Amino acid sequence: MRPVYITGVGLHPFGRFPDLGLTALGVEAVRAALRDAGLGRGGFQAAFCGTVYGGVAAGHKVLTALGLSGVPIVNVEAGCASGGAALALGAGAVASGGADAVLVFGLEKMPRGMIRSSFFESWREEAGLAATPAYFALRAQRLMLDGDVTLEDLARVSVKNHRHGVANPHAMYRRAVSLEEVLASPVVCEPLRLLMLCAPNEGAAAVVLSARPAAPAIRVAAAVLRSHVAGSVLGEHTPLSGLTDERVPTPTEMAARAAYDDAGVGPRDLDVVEVQDTDSGREILSVEELGLCPPGGGGRWVRDGGGELGSRQPVNASGGLLARGEPLGASALAQIVELTWQLRGAAGSRQVPHARTALAHTVGRGANACAVILAR
Amino acid sequence: MADGRPIAPGLFDVDAGEPRLIAAECVACGRRQFPAAAVCPYCAADGTREIRVGPAGRLELYTMVLRAPPGYRGPVPYALGIVALDGGLSVVARLTETDATRLRPGLPVELVVEPLFTDDAGQRVVSYAFRAAAA
Ligand SMILES: [Zn+2]
Repeated sequence: MRPVYITGVGLHPFGRFPDLGLTALGVEAVRAALRDAGLGRGGFQAAFCGTVYGGVAAGHKVLTALGLSGVPIVNVEAGCASGGAALALGAGAVASGGADAVLVFGLEKMPRGMIRSSFFESWREEAGLAATPAYFALRAQRLMLDGDVTLEDLARVSVKNHRHGVANPHAMYRRAVSLEEVLASPVVCEPLRLLMLCAPNEGAAAVVLSARPAAPAIRVAAAVLRSHVAGSVLGEHTPLSGLTDERVPTPTEMAARAAYDDAGVGPRDLDVVEVQDTDSGREILSVEELGLCPPGGGGRWVRDGGGELGSRQPVNASGGLLARGEPLGASALAQIVELTWQLRGAAGSRQVPHARTALAHTVGRGANACAVILAR
Repeated sequence: MADGRPIAPGLFDVDAGEPRLIAAECVACGRRQFPAAAVCPYCAADGTREIRVGPAGRLELYTMVLRAPPGYRGPVPYALGIVALDGGLSVVARLTETDATRLRPGLPVELVVEPLFTDDAGQRVVSYAFRAAAA
């Protein structure tokens, strides 16, 4: 297998853009990434587009608008990990020699309010089982019961990521919030408050992968996608079925283990990390599952200032989903864009000094989890 | 069973006045799933047998849903939780309790089958839920 390098990245900022269509968001991100890579028509041999709500041929519409169709274009849905799944497919195409360069992008305009998902059969919706934030709340409650996570710890994650987001011009929310403010925000589903949940929104991100490095050379050391196995009742697959709880590995644990093996690194080698923080409990769980703290040590990790910019291993220096918002198809690739900037030393006031190894993690409905390791 | 149309076929029935969930047990590995399905999700064996579980259970986790989620046609607020049943099976279910202060992890609960809403044809629709077990 050949090494795979990131040679271009681009974004459309995350937020709400009522005057822009989905295709226009994608066009801006793809243009920026191709410009960054110095590529034009004929410069890539395949394209992979992550989207969940984008509808039929969302990626084709973007490349048609740019006069860049004609190559194979594959639209990829893997829930919150859609962009990561697209990246894994693209990296595989380059590594295998099937393509010298590929374009990977993701785009989304999320519906407003509590989102209707075709994941749920209609009887589950009618029965009240399609209450997505309630599952996040059950997971947070389990963290509080099984570990030493407190309500204040959940709030601390929100405070951290919102503070990081202030320095990110591409984030939706760029305002610091206090612990008291997070705790006093309206309860959505106990124990989760409004400011502990990410907002669905709109945006796009794009990455060019190539068999030939650009300067500085940033290598995709691993790009792994995994789905769940049966044996736990609570996860991103819930409520597909009532099941026994058997402590099977989670999709994130499986993806991370394989990614560490592929890249030949361990969690301690990571200089900067972006993790799925759909809600602040999810960030704590992600950090535990990725091995960034001991099992059950997520509460202590938060209280000790883990993940803060300026700490040994910043987590969600971009502000994460809590500050950026979550356009499902684009969020995983926005992590890759952020980490590429970090490894290039081009992340501005949120730069992590001397960052050389980075990990991006997404997990969501399916269940799907993706772990990507970048190395300079 | 309370009069009305079940919210979906094959989820529950009532035996001698006692509601039960219809689950499946794998003929190869013995593990259980709800709703019942023909293939075992743990070991991929093609062959399960239908079993009845409940009505007694124990509440593992719970939260309150304050606003109606997409497609839900019952009253709000309502509680949603994970209930452990016999044989290691845990299910996600609505709870009849509307006051969170009366819920706690470990609470003994029991299955009920009761009307949830009236459909567009004017027919009552019944569904399953759990309530605090009688002391
Ligand atoms: Zn089995």
